[in-house]
Parts: sequence; structure tokens; C-alpha cells
Amino acid sequence: MVRKILVSIIILTLFIGASQAQEIEKGDVFIQNANVITITDGVKENTDVWVKDGIIHQIGNQLQVPRDVPVIDASGKFLMPGIIDAHSHVALGAINEASSPITAEVKMEDVIDPFDIGIYRALAGGTTISHAMHGSANAIGGQNITLKHRYGTFNPGELVMEEAPRTIKFALGENPTRVHGRGKNLQPRSRMGVEAVIRNGFEEALQYKETWEAWNKVKDQKNNRQVPPTFNSRLETLLDILDGEIIIHCHSYRADEIYMLIQVCQDYGIDKIVFSHVNEGFKVAPELAKYTMGASVFSDWWAYKFEVYYSTAYNAAILTKNGVITSINSDSAELIRHLYHEAAKTQRYGGLSDEEALALITINPARQLGIDQWVGSIEEGKQADLVLFDKHPLSIYAIPQMTWVDGIKYFDREEDKTDQRLKVDPEETLEPMFLHADHINCMSDVDFYFTGFGRNLFEHNH
Amino acid sequence: MKNKISILFLSLLLLHLPLYAQIDGEVIKAFKGDFLLKNARIYTVSSEILEGTDLLIQDGKIAAIGKGLPEENHLVIDCTGKRLYPGFIDSGTSLGLVEVNSLPETQDYMELGKVTPQMQALTAVNPNAVAIPVTRVSGVTTVLTQPRGGYFPGTAALIQLNGYTPDQMDAGFRAVLMNFPSAAKAGGYDSRSAETIQKEAEKALEEIDAIWEKASTYHQIQEKGGEVDYYPEMAHLARVVSGELPLFIEVNAAKDILSALEWVKDKEIDLVLTGVAEGWKVAEKLAEAGIPVITGPVLALPSRKSNAYDSSYANASVLQKAGVKVTIRTQDTENVRNLPFHAGFAAAYGMGTEEALKAITLHPAELFNVADKLGSLEVGKNATLFLADGDPFEPKTQIHQVFIDGYKIPMTNRHIRLYQEFLDREMKPEN
Repeated sequence: MVRKILVSIIILTLFIGASQAQEIEKGDVFIQNANVITITDGVKENTDVWVKDGIIHQIGNQLQVPRDVPVIDASGKFLMPGIIDAHSHVALGAINEASSPITAEVKMEDVIDPFDIGIYRALAGGTTISHAMHGSANAIGGQNITLKHRYGTFNPGELVMEEAPRTIKFALGENPTRVHGRGKNLQPRSRMGVEAVIRNGFEEALQYKETWEAWNKVKDQKNNRQVPPTFNSRLETLLDILDGEIIIHCHSYRADEIYMLIQVCQDYGIDKIVFSHVNEGFKVAPELAKYTMGASVFSDWWAYKFEVYYSTAYNAAILTKNGVITSINSDSAELIRHLYHEAAKTQRYGGLSDEEALALITINPARQLGIDQWVGSIEEGKQADLVLFDKHPLSIYAIPQMTWVDGIKYFDREEDKTDQRLKVDPEETLEPMFLHADHINCMSDVDFYFTGFGRNLFEHNH
Repeated sequence: MKNKISILFLSLLLLHLPLYAQIDGEVIKAFKGDFLLKNARIYTVSSEILEGTDLLIQDGKIAAIGKGLPEENHLVIDCTGKRLYPGFIDSGTSLGLVEVNSLPETQDYMELGKVTPQMQALTAVNPNAVAIPVTRVSGVTTVLTQPRGGYFPGTAALIQLNGYTPDQMDAGFRAVLMNFPSAAKAGGYDSRSAETIQKEAEKALEEIDAIWEKASTYHQIQEKGGEVDYYPEMAHLARVVSGELPLFIEVNAAKDILSALEWVKDKEIDLVLTGVAEGWKVAEKLAEAGIPVITGPVLALPSRKSNAYDSSYANASVLQKAGVKVTIRTQDTENVRNLPFHAGFAAAYGMGTEEALKAITLHPAELFNVADKLGSLEVGKNATLFLADGDPFEPKTQIHQVFIDGYKIPMTNRHIRLYQEFLDREMKPEN
């Protein structure tokens, strides 16, 4: 019996070892005669894109077709870079660690769910990269993870975009004040408290740093009788933010709270900050342009809660025209499937050009995630995350036909079979039905804190 | 006496002067007039597209359609290079009943109790809801606004998105709503066993049957001239039983749709099925039953994880091709303005532009018995229409002017005013 267990442990260990050591799969493809929307270098008609080993190898007219590489006839079709979603909760097994106003130590990397059907649906909408974020319950939430939609793997690690820098979730306004202030009678209960929580966090981290510096000075001295300080991953993470190693992505809505955090960041010398949702960003557009890495907004969501009542669908256009790096995100398993359409709405609301509108879902979110040197445009040397549309992607009639990540085709409308689940629950006798109100959102995993409160406080999203 | 009056007059003037001085800026109101829309491409919907044609609006109606209509004392609007469409109709919304979605004090769509068919949505419509002007500049001029919750949530009303009182907005159609009990497992938190779910659905249907029986009895007593007690729920449902008021049944799971078809089989009532998210699974049966369907939102997740990724986009098309009369709804409040995009997605995923256009104009007008007034551009119908510089399903198209019952609608709202104020802000940070 013991032997049996030992053997299975050894086999299991080997299996895990092998799967971890496995190289990320990269592909070759030759896409012929497409209208190539490069994003950074205009639209090139009747152009070929040759992908070699997951990288865009060559872009040009009537290139010689390489041998043994699958050729895609893209005549009359539109090829654009894979869409990047700077705010998503797809492929996550948990969203909020709502136990404290600061939970900088937790990592979304630990809760990646490769079985989420949402990954496939995102691919079917041309989205190849998502920024899988912690929820908005805490003033300083957990660390996010940037994912590449390599659907089909059972290994969570293979979804991670290794090159992407670290990012962390912050949240201002109604959500943290509702969860901690009103829900648990803890600071923050107001927008004043949110500022205090963040400043106190940074100050504590600086004190922690000094304690370690003091210890490091004496630790090798003879007759040192001091006790070393306790390692604290929460404060370590805050220090990494202060050192510029982590990009802040901050859930925010109102202009006053956005302005507050800009000032806090100025005081602590932080310039790596992106504001997310940022419905009233248009009111402080010049400040966002000057002091931040920009704003990641909804195309048209508003009025679902009071802090988004004074919104405008022209937000993205105002921000763009004020020089703010602007992206459009989903924060929704539904919207992530048609971000190209969300971007198109900026043409109705503010008349953005095709180039400006498409930058909102490609190169701009790439810049905000610190991954623009690898993805976000079609350029030689960049990673081959691509999507092919039958019509111009900003047209309502456009349907994504094929989607590649690292040159591997993960979606093909022609070969799409109905059921794309990787895993079926064997105990599930009745498959649940999801109607449109049940989206996973920023406030998931929070409601169980408030059984005595009435669910109406938490039924709304984002 | 004369002095007194002049003093009164002066003091009134003085009272008003400082007030006037504080008001700055133009107020734009909707106004009625005679408008000659010249040289448009007219999408009549009911018949062919008319090129280079004029449309005359008089007394709130479409008075004439034709080439080279004479210019008299009309306000002339040059429509060269632009298109005219009938106002879009959203067949299922909460518009006017909610101001801010998360604030219970601004939600007026749900009454206590499971059986409240007599609750009137129109009563709770706020004509000044901020979302109304936000919606109508998109060309959506008319919506069905609905109560929710329970077995019989209340009575929906068709409203025009212009007016100062609910009565002025009333487009003259009511429907009693019903939620068909679901035997489907609700996603996320539903931990009930399959048997429990089935049993609970059956029990709920038995309760509805009992209510229906009561309403039928109420109706029969009334018919025979008998005396009935004050019982507003039954008095209202009796009007459904008799076929006077239509019944809109919300049902989504395929299995529930089949049960609903069974349930309505021997009832001689005016009937529409709404939601019908999994209609594509039972499209033939729906077509056979000959019951019209209001479906949507189109931009929605598939109803189950095992469903094709595009099943919600394609649902309207599958139903329409099977022979079901389909109209499209957003089931939204603040973003009803996206109705043309829902229709556009349905068009792209199989329905085609022409049918999708009908699904938000003529079909709902027929369904709501207002096709003599709305739903197409024909002489004699209400002047509820809009002018666009392209295909209104395309996001880049601009809607230039909306008319509702002959009123020229101000093409502004809070979203647009914020844009105007903040696009190029004063007092920028120093460099």
C-alpha cells in the first residue's frame, strides 16, 4: 500500500515537473493578401504577414510563400493585432480578498482557472490578452496577472504572459467604503478614509524598510543581540510599488477621487499608475494626461450606481483628444467578446478616427500594461497575436473569423464546434443557465460578508 | 388703485430681475411645427426605399411623401445625402422606472407580492428621467417599459420618449406581464437538486393555474352580470382571460418554452413570448405555435456554458428563419440607446439588415397594435422618425435629427453637454 502511494507520488511529481517544464507552444502561419491594420503604421492593403515560431517575421507585398507553413487566404479580409483587455476577471477562480482594506500580498496568479469558457469566448471576439484583476473591495487590493488566452491547456501557468510586468489593483469610492466602512465599520467609510488608508499603507511600508535597513547594518556585527524584523509580504509589495516595480491599476469613478490619488502618487514619486473605469476622467483629463499612464474606460456604461450617474459616453473621446493614453476595457465576460464594437462607439460619441478607435483596444492597453514592446501592433519582431475579420472591425457587421496567439490558431469560426468546454462536471445532472444579469464582476466574493445586510447592497456590478 | 397695481407690477419686476440675471444659457425645448424634409433617402420599411424624396410633417403626422413637394410655410430641412427611418421601438426596457440602478429609492419597477397584474408601469414613468434624452438622440423613440418580479409583475406600457406627463408619453398600448416558472437551474448560486427544481416549478405553475381559474371565474361572473367584490388583481387578470388585454409571458430555457407552449394551448388569449433566450433550440415548435416572440438582449452571453459562443447573437435570426415573428429588445434602462447595435449584431449573425430593421420598427408596431401610427414611414402615420447620415446600425453613423409625433427633439442630453463643457477645459495644470 505504502509502495503504491509512493509510486503514485513519484509519477505525479514527474507529471507535474514535465508539465511545468513544457515550453509554451509557438506556431508558424502565412496570412496572405490581407488588409493589415498595423495600428502603428497605418493600414496596408493586399499585404502578407509571415509568422515564424510565434513571432511576426515579415510583413510585405507578395512575399514568397514559405514551405511547410499553413497559408491563410485573407483576400478582402482585415487583419489586426489581437485585442487587449486592460480590465477583466475572466479565467479567475476568485476575485476579491475582501478581508482587509489593504491586501497587497494576494496574487491573482494563484487563482487562474484555465477551464473558464470565458477564455474561448474572448478569443472568438478577437481578444488575445486580458489583464485578470483583483476585485474592487479594498483600497489596495491584490496583484493582478496578465494572461495570454492559450485556451486548451490544463496548466494555469501556461496562460501567464511571462514578459508582463507586475501590476496591482487599487480601488476608490463606493466599493471600498461600502465593504469596509458600511459593512464592517472599518476605515475607510468615506473618500477621506480611502486616502488615509493608502497614505498610511505607504508610510508603514517605509517604516518597515527602515527597520530592515537598520537590521541589515547590525546583523553581521559581533555581539549583535537584536531580533531580525518579521518578513511582511504585504509591505514588501507596497515597497515595490514605491520603487516603481509595479504598475497601479486603480478602480475609480469620480473626478475628486482620481485627483486625490494623483496627488498621493505625486507625493510618493509614483508615476506608474493607470486609472480604470474612470467615468469622470473627462473632468480631469489634463491632469491624467500630465501625471499618469492613462485611463482605461467603458465605452458607454453609466447610471448603474450613483458614482457613475454624471458620466458621458464621450469620455474616451475627451480623454483621447486631451492626450491621455486611453483604452477601452470590458470588466465583463460579455463585453470582452466584442471590444472592437465597444471601440467603434467612440466614432458615434466623439468622432474618433479609425486609427484612434482601434488604438483603444490594442497599443494603448498594451502601454498601460507595460507590454507594448511585445504586443499591441502588427510589426516585425512582435508576438503574433492576431485576429482576422471578414469586414472592417469597426463595422457592426464585422465577425471575427480566426484568432491566433503566438502564431497558434485558437479560434476558427469555420471549425467552431458548439460545446467548447474543456471540463464537464461529472456530478452535474442539470446544466445551470446564465441569464444576462449574472455576470462575474468587481464585487464578486464579497456578498457573504453581509448576510445581515440585505443583498441589495451588492447586487449591482462593478 | 392704479398706483397699487403699478407698485405691484414694479415689485414683481424687481423680484424677477435678479433671478433672470442668474440664468445664463439657452434652453432648447422640443417644439411642434410643419417641417419639410427635403431630398432624403427614405427607408419606409413597409415598402421600398425611396431615393431623393421629400417628407412633409404637419400636425404631428406624416402629411405627404413625394418628390419635389412644394415649399410653403414650412421649416425646411435639407436632407441631401441623408436617410430617414421610422423611430426605433425597443420591445422591453425599464426606461423611466429607474434612475440609478443600484439605489432602491430610485427603482420603481417592482411591487410587493407575486400577483400584482394591476400595477401600472405608466404610473411610475418619470418623464424627466435623465436616461430619456440620452436614449432618444440615438433614434430610439418608443419603448415598452415593464415592471418585474413575481408571477404577474404588472402591466407594461408603450411610451414615446417625449412629453411632460406620463399621459403625454403614452403610445396607447398595455400588456400584462407574466413570468413563467422555470425548471432550469439558475447559474451561479442555485444549489437545489434537479428534483427540487422540477417540483418547485410544478408547484409554481399549479399556483398560477389556481390564480388563472379564479380570474376566469371572476370574468364569468362579470359576464353574466353578477356582482363581484373589489378585487383589483382579478379584475385586471379577467381582462386578460377575456382576451381584452394581451399577456406577455417571460420564458427563457428551452424546456420552459415547451412547457409554456403546452400551458397556453387551450387558452384563447392574445399572447406574446418574451426573452426566449433558448428559442433557437425549439424554433420549429415556436413557429408551429404561431406565437410572436420578443427576444433580447442580443449582446448577451450564451445561456449555458455548453452553448455556441454566438448563440445569443444568432437567436433572433434562427427564430425568424424558422418562421417566428421576431422583435428585438435590449432589456436595458440607461443603455436602451444601444438598440440599433443589438439589431446590428442580429443582422450580422444571420438575420440581415432588412429583417433586423423590421424587428425594431414595423414588427413591434404590429405586435403592439399601433401599426396605424408607428413602425414605418407612410402618409397618415405619426411623424416619429429620424434623420441619419448613414446606416443607423453602424456606430460611426451620426443621428442628426429626431422627431417624435411631429415634435422636433433637441439633439442634446447630459452626455453631450458634458462633452461640450469638458472637451477643452479651462484652467489646465501648468507645464
